Parts: sequence; C-alpha cells; structure tokens
Amino acid sequence: MAVKNKKLNLKDKYQYLTRDMAWEPTYQKKKDIFPDEDFEGIKITDWSQWEDPFRLTMDAYWKYQAEKEKKLYAIFDAFAQNNGHQNISDARYVNALKLFLTGVSPLEYAAFQGYARVGRQFSGAGARVACQMQAIDELRHSQTQQHAMSHYNKHFNGLHDASHMHDRVWFLSVPKSFFDDARSAGPFEFLTAISFSFEYVLTNLLFVPFMSGAAYNGDMATVTFGFSAQSDEARHMTLGLEVIKFILEQHEDNVPIVQRWIDKWFWRGFRLLSLVGMMMDYMLPNKVMSWAEAWEVYYEQNGGALFKDLERYGIRPPKYQDVANDAKNHVSHQAWSTFYQYSQATNFHTWMPEEDEMKWLSEKYPETFDKYYRDRFEHWDKEQKAGRRFYNNTLPQLCQVCQIPTIFTEKDDPSMLSHRQIQHEGERYHFCSDGCCDIFKNEPEKYIQAWLPVHQIYQGNCEGADVETVVSKYYHIKLGEDNLEYLGSPDHQRWLEIKGLKPRASKPGSEQDAA
Amino acid sequence: MSQLVFIAFQDNDNARYLVEAIQEDNPEAEVQHQPAMIRIQAEKRLVINRETMEEKLGRDWDVQEMLIDVISIGGNVDEDDDHFILQWN
Repeated sequence: MAVKNKKLNLKDKYQYLTRDMAWEPTYQKKKDIFPDEDFEGIKITDWSQWEDPFRLTMDAYWKYQAEKEKKLYAIFDAFAQNNGHQNISDARYVNALKLFLTGVSPLEYAAFQGYARVGRQFSGAGARVACQMQAIDELRHSQTQQHAMSHYNKHFNGLHDASHMHDRVWFLSVPKSFFDDARSAGPFEFLTAISFSFEYVLTNLLFVPFMSGAAYNGDMATVTFGFSAQSDEARHMTLGLEVIKFILEQHEDNVPIVQRWIDKWFWRGFRLLSLVGMMMDYMLPNKVMSWAEAWEVYYEQNGGALFKDLERYGIRPPKYQDVANDAKNHVSHQAWSTFYQYSQATNFHTWMPEEDEMKWLSEKYPETFDKYYRDRFEHWDKEQKAGRRFYNNTLPQLCQVCQIPTIFTEKDDPSMLSHRQIQHEGERYHFCSDGCCDIFKNEPEKYIQAWLPVHQIYQGNCEGADVETVVSKYYHIKLGEDNLEYLGSPDHQRWLEIKGLKPRASKPGSEQDAA
Repeated sequence: MSQLVFIAFQDNDNARYLVEAIQEDNPEAEVQHQPAMIRIQAEKRLVINRETMEEKLGRDWDVQEMLIDVISIGGNVDEDDDHFILQWN
C-alpha cells in the first residue's frame, strides 16, 4: 500500500491539515479566546474525541466544490439559453419557487452567518474546520439559488425583492424567526438546532422529495441547484449527528440539556415545514409523493432509526412526536387553506385544486381530505366561479413562538382549533400548540421580544393601517400583479401566451417578455 | 423495529456505477428509482468499496469522489481510503 500510494492516506492527511494546524495558546487564556463555550452548561472534557467521519480537508473541499459549481452553472446556462421556463409543467409551479426564494434562500444566508459565528466559538479545531466549510457551503447555496431563480424573475412576477420581503412579510416571519432564534442561541444550541434537528432530522423533507418534484415538473435549474446543495448536506448531516454524539459522550450532565434542545428544535422545525407540505401537495402540478408519504419515509422511518441509535445515550424521541406524526394528514391542507384566504398579502398566487388534483388528495389522504377539507374547497371553488373569490380581511391570531397563525387543530379532534394561552408578567400570550407553549415557558424572556407581523401592523409600524398600503408600500408586493388568485393573473395570461393557447395581449412594454 | 440506512444519488452517469457496485456488495439492498434520483436502503448497514468501484469504472477511484453525486444519507458514516460505510449500531 505505502509503496503504491505516495499520497498521505485520508486519516493522516486530515490529521496534518486540520488538527495539526491548531495550537495551544500561551499569550492569552483559552477562556478569554472562546468566551461562549461554557455558558450554556455544556461540559466538554476532551476536544480531541471529536470525529469528522468525512475527514475532508480544505484542498479536497475546494476541488470537489469547484467541480460541483462547474456542473451547476453549465446547466443554468443551458436552461436560460433554451428558455427552460417554457418547458415546466404549468406556471402554477413557479409559485413554489417564489415561496422558496423569499422563504428558504435567505435562510441559507442566515445559516452562513450562523456557522461563521459559531465556527469562531469552539476551542476544538475539528469543530472549527467543519463549521468553516459549512459556512462557505451555505453562502454558496444562497447564491446559486438566487442565480437559478433569476431566470424566472425575467418571466414571472413576485420574485423581484426577496430579501426585502423576507424581513417584513407576515408569513416570512415564520422562517426568519426560526433562524433568528437559532442564531441568537449559544454555539452548542445552534449546532443542535441547525446541524442536528434541522439538517439531519428534517432537511431531507425539504430538499429530497421537493426537488425530485421539481424534476418531475420540468424545472431543470431548480432540481440541479437543489441536489447540488443537498450534496453538501450529506456532509452537514454527518456533522449534525457527530455533534450530538460528541456532546453526549463528553459528560452525562449534557444529556438533559441536549434533550430539551432536541424537543424544542424538532417542534420548531416541524412547524416550519408546514410550508413545505403545502408546496408538495398543492403547488407541484405533477405530484411525486404526498407530504404524508414523505413524512413517513423521512421522519417516521429514518428518524425512528436515528432515535433508536441514540437511545444508548439516554436520548428519547422528541416530545410531541405523536402530535406531529398525526398532523401529517392535516397540515398541508390547513396551510393551503390559510394562504388561499390571504392571497391579497402574498407575493405568490393561490388557487383551488383542479378535479383530478382533488381526486389525488382524496386518495393520498383517505382518512382526512374528503371528511374535513374537500367541502370547504368545493365551496370556495364555486364562489370563485360565481365571481366571488373569497379573501379573508381579518388579520389572524399568530402564535408567539412559531409565528404561524393559529390554524392547526387538536390531535384528537380535527374539528377543534388548537389554541393555548398563558399569562406572563401581566401580559397574555397565545400559542398554536403545547409544543410552542412549552418553548415559551422555558425561555419567556426571549419570546416576549418576538416581532409578530400582525401586532406590528396594528401598532402602526408597517407604513399603514390598511392591507393595501402595508402590502404595496411596506412589503413591496405589486398589487394585482404579484398577489391574489392565479386564474386570470398576469402570470396565468403569460403562460397561456407561451403555450399558444391565447393570442398575446398587445400591451406596451410586454414585448421583451416574449422569450 | 427495522432500522434502515439509506443513501440517495443524483440519477446520472456516475451514479450508474455506484449503484452497480452497491448492489454487488450489498445484495440485500433495495434500489428505488424516483424522478432525477436513485435511493438505496438496507437494513442496518450499507457499504461502498473502492475496489468494486474501480473494477466497474476501469480506473482509480477516490472514495471522496462520491461527494459530487450524493444527495443524502441516513446512518453513521465510517469512511477511509478503501470504503464508505453507513450503519446503525
């Protein structure tokens, strides 16, 4: 072996280029250099026990990442040059991308900032290098997603001001507050939240079936950035699992702290993914698998195997996992109902499923769809056809923790809205569930500061008191173009023109849109 | 309860050889074809051997090359110069 291979083997190379690049400080105390390492109560006795199973070194990292980028950008070019947007299944699909660009891509950037920060906070070199690589990955994801979707921005509405919207629009406070919560936590909680609970346990649900769905809907650019990003994710997931095992092996006092973080971040992630459930069941015209099926494979099956593996450390599956498993048959319908009613305030369009889609939903959700949701959808469809498209003009009650309107139902009674409230220092706070209420009770001083979009509108902090002013002036959503019903929207008109189903309307300025 | 490990690859030319090598070394593994991706799962353990891959490809192959085509994994990772193993303990 040694004769054939003059190169260092993987283990030695990793040792030389990672651990051996670090040194013991002598001029300054370690505690002063890494001041955040112990305030969360996590006890680390021996950083040398940190394992990086991929043993990736910086030279190999650059080599493989460069290759991924070359492949990716060749596809972006081909997609743009060949007017790939004309070959998607249906323009309704683009609305999922609008949600992705405003809701997910800014999270990639937030993750970049988060890893860059915590990568500075650990005194162990292995953890620092892993966080540094992940920070660079996350920045890459944010950039490649924006590049991929910039092509759609030339042809469809609602994609023009994603980062501005991310910081302001009511439903985007759901993903934004999720990451802000993680980034404002200590370094070990951040890794448990993002590397373990989000990346390892839940991220497959976002990237794998949804991107496979993008492929099935003819969106070559998105599936390519999705899978290219996800190829980094395999490394991130491994980091996530190693982090947890490392912390748990270091000291038994760490176990209850980590368990509380797992409970919290599982629940927060599950709530966040309601948006993805709706994207899969309602926004992909060609459907790959239902949200419930994806949840069964990627959470119940894979998550089950994972938590069985962690049993030996004294870790149990997340609290309220039973509520989440039951909700797989409801959340996508409840979320879509909500967005349908509030489309006047979204940067994407909504619609009622067509008859064959209703049939698919009935088949995939035999216990719930016909019983609890179909009638409401058929009623709205009828109203729309009669010229009375329904919009809800009452601003919803938001959950103080996940910031989602309190739209979810009780586990044992899908006809009853789930609502919890408590008083804290003379103020009353509202929650969507026991899961969110527990999170508040553990850290009330953090969540009383939540920036809740509905409260902010009523307090006059969003440039106006009526929906139109807030939506157009504060959100930068173009009224009548980006928002409202899909049928009859400018996007719908343009799609019909692309498909030659209707002669192109000759309105000034629309000529260069023709691809 | 069954404890499955899994690995998913982009459905491309490189992955074809990876899938062949995995099937040869893990005859129990189940291969699922989904749009644009191939997902392989197995009870408890799945191995990719450098030697088998080099036979399939007819050239030298670095285990880390698979980082380019992999989409996702589930299981504890054990990697060195000769193999990539996913397993639950």
